[in-house]
Amino acid sequence: MSSVLLEVNGVTLQYKTPRHLVTATHKVDFAVHQGDRYVILGPSGCGKSTLLKAVGGFMAPVEGSIRINGRDVEAPGPDRMMVFQEFEQLMPWKTVFQNVLFPMKVTRKFARADAVARANAAIEKVELSGFRDVYPHMLSGGMKMRVAIARAMALEPDILLMDEPFAALDALTRRSMQQELLMLWEQLRFTVLFVTHSIEEAILIGSRILVLSPHPGRVRAELDASAFHFGNIDKSEFGAMTKRIHTLLFGEESGHAAREKVSA
Amino acid sequence: MSLAQPNMPSGGTPRPEFERQLSDAGAIGDVERPLGLGERLWNNETFQRLLILLVLIAIWELYARWLNNSLLFPSFTETIETFVRDLRSGELVDRTVTSLRTLAIGYTFGLALAAAFTTLAVASNLGTRILSTLTAMFNPLPAIALLPLALIWFGLGTPSLVFVIIHSVLWAVALNTLVGFRGVPETLRMSGRNVGLKGARYVGLILIPAAFPSILAGLKIGWAFAWRTLVAAELVFGVSARSGGIGWYIFEARNDLDTPTVFSGLLTVILIGLFVESVIFRAIETRTVNLWGMQR
Repeated sequence: MSSVLLEVNGVTLQYKTPRHLVTATHKVDFAVHQGDRYVILGPSGCGKSTLLKAVGGFMAPVEGSIRINGRDVEAPGPDRMMVFQEFEQLMPWKTVFQNVLFPMKVTRKFARADAVARANAAIEKVELSGFRDVYPHMLSGGMKMRVAIARAMALEPDILLMDEPFAALDALTRRSMQQELLMLWEQLRFTVLFVTHSIEEAILIGSRILVLSPHPGRVRAELDASAFHFGNIDKSEFGAMTKRIHTLLFGEESGHAAREKVSA
Repeated sequence: MSLAQPNMPSGGTPRPEFERQLSDAGAIGDVERPLGLGERLWNNETFQRLLILLVLIAIWELYARWLNNSLLFPSFTETIETFVRDLRSGELVDRTVTSLRTLAIGYTFGLALAAAFTTLAVASNLGTRILSTLTAMFNPLPAIALLPLALIWFGLGTPSLVFVIIHSVLWAVALNTLVGFRGVPETLRMSGRNVGLKGARYVGLILIPAAFPSILAGLKIGWAFAWRTLVAAELVFGVSARSGGIGWYIFEARNDLDTPTVFSGLLTVILIGLFVESVIFRAIETRTVNLWGMQR
């Protein structure tokens, strides 16, 4: 249960804009274990999305190594399925069912009949059976996100990479999506690496939280958040945890300014 | 400026809270009502287009009758009579088939070359530069202007026509496809690469469908350019009297001062244009970009 799945060692990431060479993260280390709900938390500009892209294989670190199951990450691959923040990740020319089926068809990980059954099961799990043959443009933002999650999970990747997947949703939908994700995790116990800038979301979703400092992203702390869930969101321990993370990110004084930067 | 206390009523008088049972909405009658036949017909696109055509034809007929000079401007009925006569004799059908065959060959070659060029452009930055430079050079060059050259290179006949058609199709389609590929959202590209797609499979399964609206626009423009170029090229030199296309049919009739036949030739050109645009391309659109919500 607690074997190391993903190892990130001293990873420094840089990318070029037309005018600058930006260092997104500096010597970041962490390890994700099997079955973790591992959350990377930090204010905008701490390189957390860039870090996730590097784990996804979309960019190479200038220093350090990223290893999954002991192998170096070199290119994007279906063992690390990504769920993006944007809704355009679904293919508008495919129905919900075809979208979910597509990665399985392309990778040939499962036999045809098996893939169809898995796609249907995944769609049912995210409660979209009634929209199976509908094209994405007919769906709401929350539904599109559920399709993206179903698509990623149906393939049974080693790790699910989620890049602020609920950030573009309205507050009510966001809350129910967080609950759904946790319910799915209870059933399937997958490993997920989740990036967010919301402290509350990090504590709710995560079993472990990696706190990154901004500009460039460096590791500030790694916390155990497995005790927190929707049931004790109004308890004082939850508030204390929120405050602790605030302090880690912004120091004692700046609690007010922090609330502006990070939506709790 | 003082901020109101959150739990103090702003106006001074306290207002009671309330909760309600939902009222029965059945009193409005049907929530959905089917539209009547007249309303549906009026909103129908085909019906509206037919109506526009009828009005245009009426204006044509009235003007021609008032002018009463079939050498300058034959009436609609005269044109239709000639059209039906030549359709029955088979001449118009032969001419049209000749033109369309040449068009099909040129269009196919043009598309194949455009595909090759855009593949090159997607594969590397150098390829993109090559394509954009060539497009900038040749796209504004009228195909007809190449015709004299084509005659020298390929002689009098179909190959020359095919050459100018390729020229008119290639750049429009390649340019639109490239613009479409560039416009594919980064997230969609990444979700394609995420599942391990590369090379031709990546282009075929992600880029082409994602860029389909602009590819289709390119195909439409390319078709219109090709058809226009073909008719014009035939008008200039025909092929030979025996096997000439629809442009040659118009040219011959003009030489004989047979204006109704010229009109019937032009009518054929227009009808084919309408058919391709509003039947073939329309059908492709409803089955693809409209269905996918990429275009309204």
